[in-house]
Amino acid sequence: MNITASLQSAAGAVLAAPAEPTENSNPIIPDIAELVVGSIAFFIVLFALAKVLLPRVAKTLEERSDAIEGGIERAKQLQAEAQETLEQYRAQLAEARHEAARLREEAREQGASIIAEMREQAQADARRITEQAQASIEAERQQALAQLRSEVGTLSTRLAGRIVGESLEDDARQRRVVDRFLEELESGADAAERVR
Amino acid sequence: MSSLSGNAGTLLAAEEWHAPGLWLFQWKPLVEIGPFGITKPMILAFIVVLVVIGFFWAAFSKPQPVPKGAQMWGEYAYTFVRDQIARPMIGKDGDKYLPLLFTLFVFVWIMNLMSVIPLAQFPVTSRIAYPAALAIMVYLYMLYLGFKHQGFLGFFKNKLFPPGMPKWIYIILAPLEFLTNFIVNPFTHAVRLFGNMFAGHILIAMFAITGYHFLVVAVSPLGLPLGIVGAVMTVVMVAFELLIQALQAYVFAMLAANYIGGAVHAEH
Repeated sequence: MNITASLQSAAGAVLAAPAEPTENSNPIIPDIAELVVGSIAFFIVLFALAKVLLPRVAKTLEERSDAIEGGIERAKQLQAEAQETLEQYRAQLAEARHEAARLREEAREQGASIIAEMREQAQADARRITEQAQASIEAERQQALAQLRSEVGTLSTRLAGRIVGESLEDDARQRRVVDRFLEELESGADAAERVR
Repeated sequence: MSSLSGNAGTLLAAEEWHAPGLWLFQWKPLVEIGPFGITKPMILAFIVVLVVIGFFWAAFSKPQPVPKGAQMWGEYAYTFVRDQIARPMIGKDGDKYLPLLFTLFVFVWIMNLMSVIPLAQFPVTSRIAYPAALAIMVYLYMLYLGFKHQGFLGFFKNKLFPPGMPKWIYIILAPLEFLTNFIVNPFTHAVRLFGNMFAGHILIAMFAITGYHFLVVAVSPLGLPLGIVGAVMTVVMVAFELLIQALQAYVFAMLAANYIGGAVHAEH
């Protein structure tokens, strides 16, 4: 019984809920000591929070919102820059296309003019070669004509001399003369050829 | 047996159901220093001080740009008080009074929360002195701010003679306004919180004692359903009290903000 009682009183002390009415049993009348303790407790917390901790978090929150706003501002700026760059690229691309088209056109014109030029030159060449050939043929013909003319004269004279110098009584003789003449003529032609 | 005076002793030993009463709230000093006795609510109040400072030290001593853990929760509470209490009640300059309001909210809430913490199991604010100390402090601060921003006479004039009324009505209105603003408000400010916590604690204690009595002390076929109801209702009431504790802390801080706002800006 004694042990139980002391156990129970120990438990009562730990849980600490005395049922004995205190001098002030009206729950609506504040206890002065508790007023003091409550105020002190509150001011300790108020000091720690208001003077030390809350300014820090207020600063952090402000910095964060600044950072977020700054981030948005930066993003806007980047977007504007990207837009500008895109415009530039587009402009450059259009210019490049234009330039390419111009170059193609130029090349086509140049090609056409080159072809025309070449054709003209080729025609001129052909004409020139033809003219040269005609000229050389003409010259050779003139030369051959002149040579022939002079040789025919000589031959005729020589033939006439032979005919006059020899007695042409019979056909056999006459034929011999002609044959000899022709042989000489041939050999003479050969000689003339060799001389040339 | 009769020499026992603790309610735990009563609970452990009583053979008959013992309704909870005022004795729930009356604490014998654990330690006495001269005339000054340290009671359990006082110790709890200082535990609350340590818990609050400890938590917010962990949360806000080195705040990171990207919050996590304690800082995240702390910031959540901070922005809640800022956006739901300080700014709506006071206005643009509400942030100036935010540290006070935030401290009030957190301090009151954790004192209330002691009601459901094992071993503590007592809402500190169910002792009228704790809410009263805070209400008196808010009241004095309100007077200070009122005199500072509106002048001594101006503050009373603005409070007692709200503009836009027929002249004769002030004969009735002024005393009523005085009563409301300078006597009833501070009183109800403290008593509202006290009453809620006091009643909540009695309710929890009653269901707990009922459950304990009929399920442990005096088990009987007849008492068993009662005991089960008591046990279940204890859990339900604890959940309900968790809500009430936060709500009352919010209401206490909001009223404080309201009084401060009325002192800083003359009512329109």
